[in-house]
Amino acid sequence: MTPMLAVRDLHFNYDRTPILRGVSFEVEEGELCGLFGPNGCGKTTLFKCCLNFLKFHKGTVTMDGKDIKDLGVESMAKIVAYVPQEHRPPFPYLTREVVLMGRTPRIKGIFKISKADKKKASDALDLLGLTDIADRPYNQLSGGQRQMVLMARAIAQETPLMFLDEPTSALDFSNQIRIWRIMQMVAKRGVTILACSHDPNHVSWFCDKVVVMKNNCILKEGSPHNVITEAVLDEIYRDVCAVRNIGEARMVLPRDVALKNDARHEKQIGTERTLFD
Amino acid sequence: MIMAKYKKISGELSMAELTGKTDLWERLGFDQEFGYSEIHKMLILLALLALLIVSVGVAITFGAYNISVLEVYGIVMAHVSPFGDLSAVTRLHNTIVWELRIPRVLLAVLVGTALATAGSVFQGCFRNPLVEPFILGVSSGAAFGAALGIVFVDFFLSIQFSAFLFGSLAVAMAYFLAHVRNETPIVTLILAGVVIGSIFEAMVSILKYTASDAALREIVFWLMGGFYYATWNDVYLLVPIIIPSFLIMWALGWKLNILSMGDDEARALGVNPEKYKLLLIVLATLVTSLAVSTVGIIAWVGLMMPHATRMILGPDHRYVIPAAAMLGGSYLLVCDTLARTLTSAEIPVGIITSILGAPYLFYLLRTRGSAILG
Repeated sequence: MTPMLAVRDLHFNYDRTPILRGVSFEVEEGELCGLFGPNGCGKTTLFKCCLNFLKFHKGTVTMDGKDIKDLGVESMAKIVAYVPQEHRPPFPYLTREVVLMGRTPRIKGIFKISKADKKKASDALDLLGLTDIADRPYNQLSGGQRQMVLMARAIAQETPLMFLDEPTSALDFSNQIRIWRIMQMVAKRGVTILACSHDPNHVSWFCDKVVVMKNNCILKEGSPHNVITEAVLDEIYRDVCAVRNIGEARMVLPRDVALKNDARHEKQIGTERTLFD
Repeated sequence: MIMAKYKKISGELSMAELTGKTDLWERLGFDQEFGYSEIHKMLILLALLALLIVSVGVAITFGAYNISVLEVYGIVMAHVSPFGDLSAVTRLHNTIVWELRIPRVLLAVLVGTALATAGSVFQGCFRNPLVEPFILGVSSGAAFGAALGIVFVDFFLSIQFSAFLFGSLAVAMAYFLAHVRNETPIVTLILAGVVIGSIFEAMVSILKYTASDAALREIVFWLMGGFYYATWNDVYLLVPIIIPSFLIMWALGWKLNILSMGDDEARALGVNPEKYKLLLIVLATLVTSLAVSTVGIIAWVGLMMPHATRMILGPDHRYVIPAAAMLGGSYLLVCDTLARTLTSAEIPVGIITSILGAPYLFYLLRTRGSAILG
């Protein structure tokens, strides 16, 4: 089976500064893949190259078996949807209008938008529980709500691939979890998702696969269990993180918190032992 | 028994009526389902069209020379209807109504339409509600062209042609100045427009400084803008360019919505920003340039009408463009009618558009500002 998204030996420079140096990875169909890495490692540039916003100098990107260099803007939009980081447009489009914009690649008429397209947009609003705010101006919503709306727009676009640029950055804890659950659900339906995130716990808890970037290259890729390890995290963030297992669940903690906790734990065990003796 | 039968029939009738009606609405695409109702927006568009037609109908009856309403319409009918008899009307009245008033009224509507459409398009493309159609230096370029035509009468075919030429040239220069690495960043483009505009303004000043008194007066007069010299020829020249350009821009209304979300998002949604922005800017510049070169610089219409429209209809450009066009046409027509009838001498129309427009926009901002600026 050919992978849904295949990036091979991608190189990109801004003027003389190399941003991507030989990036290669693959994502299978229906996989939820997390892209993880420190600030400035080239995640956003990688996104933009894959989406054809930036012209890369060397390498290939294939989506659904097609080389993106051969795809026009219209046909790209039928293959891949993009959820940008939240932003405010200058005009007060209603939330439902913003979601309807996701149907653009499939709208055929000039003025008329078909009932089917409106239904798809309305279903996407329903799916994310946004029906209550559907008639409010999008640019007056909170940052978190705007991110959810952009997510709904991508769902309405009905593409086999979805790219999300830090989809949970502006959300509260419960909405972060909700968005990851929605992504898992969408992936279950067969949509391939690439989402970049700054939270190692999120990628380790929710993703099927994790790609870790450092210094304009891929550091490691694979299942979260093999990738989000103390060794890998140490290579990105020197001496900041510790990885602990709580039963089956894996937790990334700040190292000092983990060590303090370990010490307390040891002490407790120690006291218990002396009591036992 | 009879009553029951009657009820049944009437019931069936109303059902058929009802389904017939919804069918029609649905076929037009204005179904109310899923919360995307567009019926009331359509009704507002029709109301604005009615407003425009009524304004035209009323404006042709006003004028410095007193001609009765009936006679005015008699003259119009004599020209328009196939059975019209021109021999029945006074020649003087015929000239005043048919050769002076009507072309002037039509020209005001056309220019208002052009400026308001261009304003909506520029604001959408540049993602900035404070942009007006002159932002890329059309007006300064056109002013320079007109001033050249006035000062060096022999070199140029006409003031209008030279104004159009330099107006378009200014925008083209701004666009090429801002176009780097196959991209045209908005901030760079606006900055380039300001730079080009100030260069042309400086050159206008040079021409004003060196011009003779008569030429200077004419330049100042041109810069204020007005419809004094409106003729049928102007109407014939503007209609075949402004109407198709308007229709194309209207047809791109939904794409303009997408473009106003930003370049990357437009691309992700399947709308090529470079291609469509260039097309829209070329069309908007074409109509602005043509309007400016025909009647001079008229402020406010292009900035204000899109805002007024957004407050009535919301920001969807599929509706903003036609509504702004009709509102702009009506507004400029009202202003010009006031300009030629308020006092015995003519008032330059730009003065009226500003005096009427500025407080109105201020009022809108204070009461419903959130609707345009969010």
